[in-house]
Amino acid sequence: MAGASSRSGMSAALTLIGKRFASSLLTLLLVSMTIFVIAQLLPGDAAQEALGQSATPEQVAALRHEMGLDRPAHVRYVSWLGGMLTGDPGQSMVANMPVGEVIEERLPNSLLLAALAAMVAIPVALSIGIGSAMNRGGRIDRALNVVTLAMVAVPEFLVATIAVLIFSVKLRWLPSIALASSDMEWGEYLRGVAMPVLTLCVIVIAQMARMTRAAVIDQMDRPYVEMAVLKGVAPVRVILRHIMPNAIAPIVNAMALSLSYLLGGAVIVETIFNYPGLASLMVNAVTSRDMPLLQACAMIFCAAYLILMLIADVTAILANPRLRAQ
Amino acid sequence: MMGNIFQRAKALPLSGKLGLALVIFWLAVALFGPMLAPYPVGAFVAYDVFDGQSAKHWLGSDYLGRDVLSRLMSGARYTVGLAAAAALLASTSGTALALTAAVGGAKVDEPLSRFMDMLISIPSKIFSLVLVAAFGSSLGLLLLIAAFTYIPGNYRIARALAVNLAQMDYVQVAKARGERRFYIAIAEILPNMIHPLLADFGLRFVFIVLLLSGLSFLGLGVQPPDADLGSLVRENISGLGEGALAIIAPAVAIATLTVGVNLLIDAIGFSGKGKGQ
Repeated sequence: MAGASSRSGMSAALTLIGKRFASSLLTLLLVSMTIFVIAQLLPGDAAQEALGQSATPEQVAALRHEMGLDRPAHVRYVSWLGGMLTGDPGQSMVANMPVGEVIEERLPNSLLLAALAAMVAIPVALSIGIGSAMNRGGRIDRALNVVTLAMVAVPEFLVATIAVLIFSVKLRWLPSIALASSDMEWGEYLRGVAMPVLTLCVIVIAQMARMTRAAVIDQMDRPYVEMAVLKGVAPVRVILRHIMPNAIAPIVNAMALSLSYLLGGAVIVETIFNYPGLASLMVNAVTSRDMPLLQACAMIFCAAYLILMLIADVTAILANPRLRAQ
Repeated sequence: MMGNIFQRAKALPLSGKLGLALVIFWLAVALFGPMLAPYPVGAFVAYDVFDGQSAKHWLGSDYLGRDVLSRLMSGARYTVGLAAAAALLASTSGTALALTAAVGGAKVDEPLSRFMDMLISIPSKIFSLVLVAAFGSSLGLLLLIAAFTYIPGNYRIARALAVNLAQMDYVQVAKARGERRFYIAIAEILPNMIHPLLADFGLRFVFIVLLLSGLSFLGLGVQPPDADLGSLVRENISGLGEGALAIIAPAVAIATLTVGVNLLIDAIGFSGKGKGQ
């Protein structure tokens, strides 16, 4: 009997996850429409703008035809979306290269930066969050609360500026520009990205620690914890054996949600340190109004964000015993 | 009334008092700063660039030999003014749409909420970058872009509050009395969600200050000759190597402003649940 009920619970959870996945895909489709409309349709005629006021109508019409702007909007959208899906999102207007190639060069750098930042941030944030939850209401907890609350509101470029002042101006330990290329040695690379990683970590850790604390405290208020405390279980054992198994899913949820802060933070951090990643590429695309490149970058960031949200929701579904054992 | 506010300010914890002091300080700088500034904003007044502090120039001079304190006071007006206006616009539009959804029934609520859910799943910095690329970045446009970016977040919180209130007995009574939907939204629901909305306004303000100064720092926000605090950090970036006050002062100014608002909201303690976005 038990086996059967857990199997049907599992399939209920799988159905939910499937639905959630489908709704993410639908959202991504709607997001792509929004970005296409904003970037391609609203700003007016790209051909007219490229040629300037003095161009003759014939010249404008010729360029419009060459850029494919004379096709109806929905046809252009479908061909762009098809291109995105097959890895060919058009031609970068400024670099005069296929957008796919430009991105291929930059994307691994950004992923590596994000991975390093997550590897440092997650253990630190976990310790701070769990530590301050255990000390709830105490002096350490209140101090950490004020510190993380303040850190959440500090602009990325202040953190980056202070890091440069300390580590490359005063101490001269690290270079103030982060160069990354494939022929670099690992040690050299790590020295180069130390400050961007540090800056990203400071931004993410505060958020992550606050959410971890909230997740653990939410469990601490449950009756089963009171029961364990009342029957005399040692505090450390309460945390490790009773609370943690139940808090893991909310914590993973919090991690995924706060890692999404990396996406916005990367825009500033990659630019200030001249790091050759996707976010600084996107900022360049905005400056030069290179719309095909900008659209592709924006879609990658939105997809990454949706994947993180999906992970957060799926862990929440898997963790809910009511769904598991329906 | 004044005494009441005074009492409440006195009852705040230390972090809240610090936040309140910082908020009042920056409001005062934004209002009166340009009048009190020792030098005209664009004037070249120092002999040296990136001077340290001195009796003549309290915060030193910038990369062109202009007085940093005067530029900071004027920049604060841009930052605080733009962000406050954008936050107000985002909050009022988001809340108006939320109230419409709450009293309008599923036909209005469903499509509106789906649309907002979709917008909320575009990270705010990425969204504003696309908007800036498409429309440009004059002061008016920046205000609209910042407001538009943060409408969905306000809508989500206001809608959750309004839908809950719309289920309450007193609202049902008003409906049974035959009150019009507009009256129910404005007179019955809105007054009871004003406190969490105020906290949300504070959060929007912080997000928008960070967004706008981030854009200005990237050179995509406020354009010269206007300069907000983010532009001041950007234009003095060449002084980073010598640790110039001209770059540290505006960056610290932004941080004290946003941290102050955050501490104040947290201490007052009626903050809504949804953070982020």
